[in-house]
Amino acid sequence: MKSRETILNAVKNNQPALQQLPELNALIAIQYNDKFLQFSTVLKTIGGNVVEIKHTDEIIEYVKNNFSSNQNFVTTLPVLNNIKMLDENLDAHFLENIELAILTALFGVAENGAVWLTDKEIKIRALPFICQHLAVLLYKRDLVSNMQMAYDLIGENNHEFGVFIAGPSKTADIEQSLVLGAHGPKTMTVFVLE
Amino acid sequence: MSSANAKHPELSTIFNKDEARVDWHDETLWWIRQKRDKAAWTIPEWEELRETASGIKNNVLSNLHEYLIEFEQKAIANGIVVHWAADANEHNEIIHSILQQHKVSQIVKSKSMLTEECGLNEYLAQHSIDVVDTDLGERIVQLANEHPSHIVLPCIHWKKEEIGELFHKHLNTPKGNADPQFLTNAARIHLREKFLTRRIAITGVNFAVAETGEFVVCTNEGNADMGAHLADVHIACMGIEKIIPQRKHLGVFLRLLARSATGQPITTYSSHFKKPNINQQLHIILVDNGRTVQLGREDFRNSLKCIRCAACFNTCPVYRRSGGHSYHTAIAGPIGAILAPNLDMKKYADLPFASTLCGSCSNVCPVKIDIHNQLYKWRQVITEEGYSPKTKTIAMKAMAATLSSPAIFNVAGKAGRWVMKYLPFFVNNRFNPWYKQRNMPAPPQQSFTQWYKKNRS
Repeated sequence: MKSRETILNAVKNNQPALQQLPELNALIAIQYNDKFLQFSTVLKTIGGNVVEIKHTDEIIEYVKNNFSSNQNFVTTLPVLNNIKMLDENLDAHFLENIELAILTALFGVAENGAVWLTDKEIKIRALPFICQHLAVLLYKRDLVSNMQMAYDLIGENNHEFGVFIAGPSKTADIEQSLVLGAHGPKTMTVFVLE
Repeated sequence: MSSANAKHPELSTIFNKDEARVDWHDETLWWIRQKRDKAAWTIPEWEELRETASGIKNNVLSNLHEYLIEFEQKAIANGIVVHWAADANEHNEIIHSILQQHKVSQIVKSKSMLTEECGLNEYLAQHSIDVVDTDLGERIVQLANEHPSHIVLPCIHWKKEEIGELFHKHLNTPKGNADPQFLTNAARIHLREKFLTRRIAITGVNFAVAETGEFVVCTNEGNADMGAHLADVHIACMGIEKIIPQRKHLGVFLRLLARSATGQPITTYSSHFKKPNINQQLHIILVDNGRTVQLGREDFRNSLKCIRCAACFNTCPVYRRSGGHSYHTAIAGPIGAILAPNLDMKKYADLPFASTLCGSCSNVCPVKIDIHNQLYKWRQVITEEGYSPKTKTIAMKAMAATLSSPAIFNVAGKAGRWVMKYLPFFVNNRFNPWYKQRNMPAPPQQSFTQWYKKNRS
């Protein structure tokens, strides 16, 4: 722990006179009249799918039509009674063959197409990253315009782990060619419920 | 890299041998710069956002001592083990000791420029530890036994056909297949096996929040999360300047980071690690390695505001045409050129001169670091300390003598025009650094003084 004292002393001796922290309220962040339109436009641009639904039954229908059946699907949503509930006690390494995970998001952000999930929604931290395809349920009323409003919503919430997810896992490391499905989900579908 | 002591001009010459490749490199990076502009223009308050981010970072640097203590307290309360490393060597030793405690000799690592700066991979290789870099670009350069040439796009200097060849050799992909989709999938399969079997994962840190003791890691690929959530032990490495005061400030920085870096509205994943996973150990290493010295340099301290977006790389006319390896340091580009001399002024004396001082870097910087001013100031410090490049010093002295005496100036001007007219090979040769990549201009018929006397007096 010698280095701790050395570093802290050096910081104390070398840091300049105190400069005030800017007031964030003074920064007027962009707001969108149609948050859903902005959210879905951005999310589609970055490779995500947006599906508007009126009832959660439509999720089951959509999954049936768009993902091959007899696959390993899991959900954390009790309302999706045709899909297997996630066993929360499972070792994360056994999630490798999960084809589709359907989770719920706390809110979405219109300016960048991101959705926010915490360990309470995810249950097993590796799940939204290791599954081959990811889907989340989002209520349309839970859309905010920008990231500042997003952090106002998160507030002092005592999550242990939280993540903004914006679209499928991707890379452009090979000659800047965009490839969806780098290490994580190859697709991301957001079901937006009225 | 040709030799350990090669400097930016020599290393750029190597990169410049293939002109078509240089053009391709230049255009690719400029295209990313243009994407950054488009993304910035979608945010009407972009300039205020930059100003706010800059102000937050100024506050951080002025109150870093308190923020570090607050962060440490909160992180420990969250169940995170906090380590302090004075320099690169101590950072590497701490990691090695954690690996030894767990009897682990194979690890995965997601992108962390700090571990590059500390030479972690080389250090662990010497101790027979196998490190797999899991960012696709980093894995590519690692397989090729190279270092990243760009902090966000590590293999921006590689062509897909070369990557196809590399993967054929190391991952048994079919010879001649250079399809990015196919190669990425091959890497996905190769790296999934590593994620599932390695018990310790190292990640970097983009932001650490003093108020909550949590830290945020941003990736597009999801490799940091795959590594961290599947490991028994997660070690996160951060420079002490990565602290921000409060959680709500993440809103400001996450709005700026990806837009400045690649023109994306946000990275695919912005993961907030606050407490260790169930049955997992979470370590954070707070690293100084010269940062407190830089903090004490009034002219250069605000280089520590950097959030590593690389916007200054993509816009820089010198970086785009000389390539990342010409900077012979972990962090290349304009920001690297003002960070590196702090670590070793002699070794990196050439870097502040690898600039046109056009100021484009400062104009795109999301935290408003006055990069080009600092490049200019480093030149003065380096010259005063006697580390400036020899040819430049001689040329500058000759120039100073010429410009300070009207008589010498007149003679020199005449001589110059005469030589360029009658003995052009005297300047158009490889001993004249200005002739490299350039044509010398046609000599004027008369000097300005001669013209003025004739026309105005």
